[in-house]
Amino acid sequence: MKKIYLDYVATNPLHPEVLDAMLPYFNELYGNPLSIYEPGMKARTALEQARESTASLINAKSKEIIFTASGAEANNFALKGIAYANQSKGKHLIVSKIEHHSILNTARFLEKQGFAVTYLPADKNGTVNPSDVEKAVTKETILISVIHASPEIGTIESIAEIGAIAKQKGIIIHTDAVASVGNIPVDVNSLNVDLLSFAAHQFYGPKGAAALYVREGTRIVPLIYGGIQEGGRRAGTENVPAIVGMGKAAELAKRDLQKRIDHVKALRDKLIENTSRIDKILLTGHPQLRLPGHASFVVEYIEGEAMLLLLAAKGIYCASGSACSSKALKASPVLLSIGVPSHVAQGSVVFTLGQETTEEDIQYFNETFPQIISRLRQISPYAKGWEGTEDSTCTAKK
Amino acid sequence: MNEHTQLKFLNAPINADSTTDIIYMMCPMHLLTIEEKIREIKNGQVLSILTDYDGALEDIPAWCNKTGNEFMGIYEDSDHYKFYIKKTKELP
Repeated sequence: MKKIYLDYVATNPLHPEVLDAMLPYFNELYGNPLSIYEPGMKARTALEQARESTASLINAKSKEIIFTASGAEANNFALKGIAYANQSKGKHLIVSKIEHHSILNTARFLEKQGFAVTYLPADKNGTVNPSDVEKAVTKETILISVIHASPEIGTIESIAEIGAIAKQKGIIIHTDAVASVGNIPVDVNSLNVDLLSFAAHQFYGPKGAAALYVREGTRIVPLIYGGIQEGGRRAGTENVPAIVGMGKAAELAKRDLQKRIDHVKALRDKLIENTSRIDKILLTGHPQLRLPGHASFVVEYIEGEAMLLLLAAKGIYCASGSACSSKALKASPVLLSIGVPSHVAQGSVVFTLGQETTEEDIQYFNETFPQIISRLRQISPYAKGWEGTEDSTCTAKK
Repeated sequence: MNEHTQLKFLNAPINADSTTDIIYMMCPMHLLTIEEKIREIKNGQVLSILTDYDGALEDIPAWCNKTGNEFMGIYEDSDHYKFYIKKTKELP
């Protein structure tokens, strides 16, 4: 049976050149970068080279890169670190409702610590309106954090515009760019951001290596205290093989970015075009301003999990959106916040394409997915409509 | 704290040739940073270190004493200290 991986937003396979770059650091080059003898110095040199190419991918300086173990850690670090560093100036933060849980839950934690948080809405396409950000600013606002691109609905936000507002008002701005870095061009200067989170496994690098960009001169309270690693801002012996892998993956992403975009976008457009012909199915997120390899839908009258299982049985691997939907069987907060009714949000399904995706894969998908929907709708208790649900008048519009 | 490392508080900040901000960084970042930054300035120039680490009150004057550089004093700002060091000796 064919195996088709359409869940690149969950993680990417490791690029073979990345693996080759990492392998020596599991074997002979095992030194601790802080050690002053030769094996340590070699590890340190590799670490600093990785920092340079990682910085270059987002047009930052290498000293502005703090390596972390995950995008979630980078997001926690950004919010807590900036909130604590600036609490004498004010205790108000602004985030959007369509953030990743590593932002939303950190914001909720900070609320319990005495900070006030404004959660901004997004429109039906998942776009946060920059003027809403401006209106939410108070004299107490110390941080704005808006996601660059949603892994769930693919929408790319107007960060440059929001960043310009923050800059003009003298407020620090962070963006969670985990889903975007390596997939679309990202430049910290044209985005006008002070902090930016990104992770290697979203651009064919390894898991366990990610980074927080912190603009030079921005004070931040460390999340992890201990040694002098990462300039004293993130203690702990560095995961040298993974960081070396991140550096190599960043170098390849920078070199091949446009080629990668062209490849996935052409195939993604075919997938969206074909899938949109199915009755009672709605593309979620922005129709144009979205990640190039990203297609997300809500399918009426059936559940996302059922689609996932039947697709997996046909060798197609994809996701149903957030962990809320796939693990807790709750409606996704992101979909609810963009106005998708909760019963429709249950039918969420997300397909994300990558460099290994082929024309044949999409053709096979395009033949298989309509059959699966049709089969599930035959056994759905709502096959004839939403009568009896909490909002039977509201259906996805084609 | 010995006789050579007595604290000297200033009433006003001093103009420095180089300033480095390590607020929220803990030990030993203040000492590593001084070493790095003092190498970047010329003899006679002034380095300012901004830190909120209390241990620096003892460590920075002691470092100056040990390395033969002039500890000019500390200005206590609202939530951090400003340490001033005049470079009077090249580090080995």
